[in-house]
Amino acid sequence: MNRNLILGLFLSSLVLLAALVSFVWTPFPHTTMNIPQKLQTPNMVHWFGTDHFGRDIFSMIMVGARTSIAVALVAVGIGMAIGVPLGLLAAARRGGWTDEIIMRANDLVFAFPSLVIAILITAVFGAGAINAIIAIGIFNIPVFARITRGAALSLWEREFILAARVAGKSGARISLEHILPNVMNLLIVQGTIQFSLGILAEAGLSYVGLGAQPPTPSWGRMLADAQTMVSFAPHLALIPGMAIILTVLGLNLMGDGLRDLLDPRLRVRRS
Amino acid sequence: MRQFSKLVFASAIALAAGMGIAQAQGSLTVAMQLEPPHLDPTSAAAGAIDSVTYSNIFEGLTRFMGDGSVVPGLAESWEISDDGLTYTFKLHDGVKFHDGTTMDAEDVKFSLDRARAEDSANAQKALFAGITDVTVVDPLTVKVTLSEPNGNFLFNLAWGDAVIVAPESIENIKTNPIGTGAFKFSDWVQGDKIDIVRNPDYWGTPAILESATFKFISDPTAAFAAVMAEDVDVFTGFPAPENLPQFEADPRFQVLVGSTEGETILAINNKQPPFDQLKVREALAHAIDRQAIIDGAMFGYGTPIGTHFAPHNPAYVDLTGMSAYDPELSKKLLAEAGFPDGFETTLYLPPPSYARRGGEIIAAQLAEVGIKAEIINVEWAQWLESVFRGKNFGLTIVSHTEPMDIGIYARPDYYFQYDNPDFQGLMKRLNETTDPDQRTMLLQNAQRMISDDYVNGYLFQLAALTVAKVGVQGLWANAPTQATDLTAVSWAK
Repeated sequence: MNRNLILGLFLSSLVLLAALVSFVWTPFPHTTMNIPQKLQTPNMVHWFGTDHFGRDIFSMIMVGARTSIAVALVAVGIGMAIGVPLGLLAAARRGGWTDEIIMRANDLVFAFPSLVIAILITAVFGAGAINAIIAIGIFNIPVFARITRGAALSLWEREFILAARVAGKSGARISLEHILPNVMNLLIVQGTIQFSLGILAEAGLSYVGLGAQPPTPSWGRMLADAQTMVSFAPHLALIPGMAIILTVLGLNLMGDGLRDLLDPRLRVRRS
Repeated sequence: MRQFSKLVFASAIALAAGMGIAQAQGSLTVAMQLEPPHLDPTSAAAGAIDSVTYSNIFEGLTRFMGDGSVVPGLAESWEISDDGLTYTFKLHDGVKFHDGTTMDAEDVKFSLDRARAEDSANAQKALFAGITDVTVVDPLTVKVTLSEPNGNFLFNLAWGDAVIVAPESIENIKTNPIGTGAFKFSDWVQGDKIDIVRNPDYWGTPAILESATFKFISDPTAAFAAVMAEDVDVFTGFPAPENLPQFEADPRFQVLVGSTEGETILAINNKQPPFDQLKVREALAHAIDRQAIIDGAMFGYGTPIGTHFAPHNPAYVDLTGMSAYDPELSKKLLAEAGFPDGFETTLYLPPPSYARRGGEIIAAQLAEVGIKAEIINVEWAQWLESVFRGKNFGLTIVSHTEPMDIGIYARPDYYFQYDNPDFQGLMKRLNETTDPDQRTMLLQNAQRMISDDYVNGYLFQLAALTVAKVGVQGLWANAPTQATDLTAVSWAK
């Protein structure tokens, strides 16, 4: 185990823990407003202070973690569920027109800046967590399709695949039984990185008002709400900002650590 | 020698300072949130047009002053016939439009006929509905005949929608407005600013400022930064009330807090079930804690209202008690109406913070009594399309900034769809009444009627928030109409 992985795991599980605990307990109900108690700085009662409606920021951060994780997780899930089979199919039909169509379509999606696609989708279909998930999911598809195809292509040239073909296995069976397990490591590492990007994307979308709608707390919208109050209540922006930074940092460190752990070639090269 | 150099130094500073003042005296940069779509106040409802043009570029026969009173404008005086049907206006002599043409009775006839025409694009056509005839008596006298007496007629003529325009310049009025005001339109950089310059040939008291620039800054954070950096001299309708204490504490700035004609309401779609039931609307009204909204959304700026009427108006009746915050009563009323577990509805919120923040608070308050209001944030264009015109909404929050606009409740096709023949009759009687005491009584009855019917949730009167550099004087603190009247504004010497 390396230090990156440990620190990454620690930060990520902290966020995950906050999200899970928020289902059963938060210090205060996260939607309850108490306007006379607004804009308190962190104190013993409200550990992270209160926002402009007097809501407890600690509770909002906990529930916001839930929103971020849910959106990013499902979005990465969509990307994997569609992208990986596409990549496997393209590799199995390498050089053929199926491969060509799949990869060019992926290029098309890839060519758009991801956040612009997300804004486009949510602007057309309306703002909300579900549409944010779909939007972030869509730009995850080509990432997974490419990485799967790339790794699968080199595998298809290997002797054990040849053996499977000689044994009479179909392309689909080979892809599932031999290729997929061998690209899994790569997918886990990429999935972690995409997950952190998904959290950033969710924060970005809700910052511009296209993510989860109030009263569902979201780190990005907490930042947006804090914008005009930064000059006299900086904790309103600092706290959700730090939450986003630490989560993304944690996931990236974890991704790096996992890659070192799971990818033997890299480990050999480094040592 | 040392004394001498000190003297030179001191006078140099004095000179520099003096020059600074002299330069600043010439111009003023006024920022506001919304940019007008075009510059013809007589063919669009957008208040941003009047914010630039009212009294600065265009003038009407009468005009509003900063305290809301109506005084003579282009009309020097008038006579009202005994039956209240004929108004004979005597126009000021020697009034010229900015293009050099003379403003006379023909222009008045043109403007009024254009506003009341069948195909008129005027946003407030109702203001002119009672006019049956406009006759030019001589170049400086014009006679207006009404179908029935209208106690509001001189008030109506003071609106930005009733300004006098010239047939010679009407074609390009949207991009090159030619009026009679103390300022002339100079330049418009779309998306950024509009420049106006002093009209040296103005018929009345000329403007003090040499020129003025209107800058449009929609983002509240940018608005705060622009004022703090002194990029703008004045910000009218400052969008972030939470920042005002900082300006108040800063010796560089002055904060003007006045009243507007903006009744901020939780508008209810009166035709959409379950809001067609009086009990449900009453329950809604009791579920709302106004003070929490004023404190939470407006940081304390705003006056609670209990009906659709401005509290600074002498005819105002305080009816806030009719809809006092009482969640228990609200729950009881909901149960009586057949919704013991509440119901679901939509809450459309346009961009201003009174709506977005107020909406979040209202949604939380409604949730307390079991009403689940789904928040839908919309841009203005979308709001006009689906809420105002499409009437496809349950609830929405908006501030009605037109002066004396209780008459909108007599329009059954208006977006909140209140259809009460009694109220319509009351408004008809009001229009036919000229006696001030009678009018006050009718207006008070009207306020009570809509309060009794719980037509909308009445929240608060929007405050007029202006931030200006110290030294800017003559600004309107109140906003009796949408206007940024710069004709009397100057820098303190």
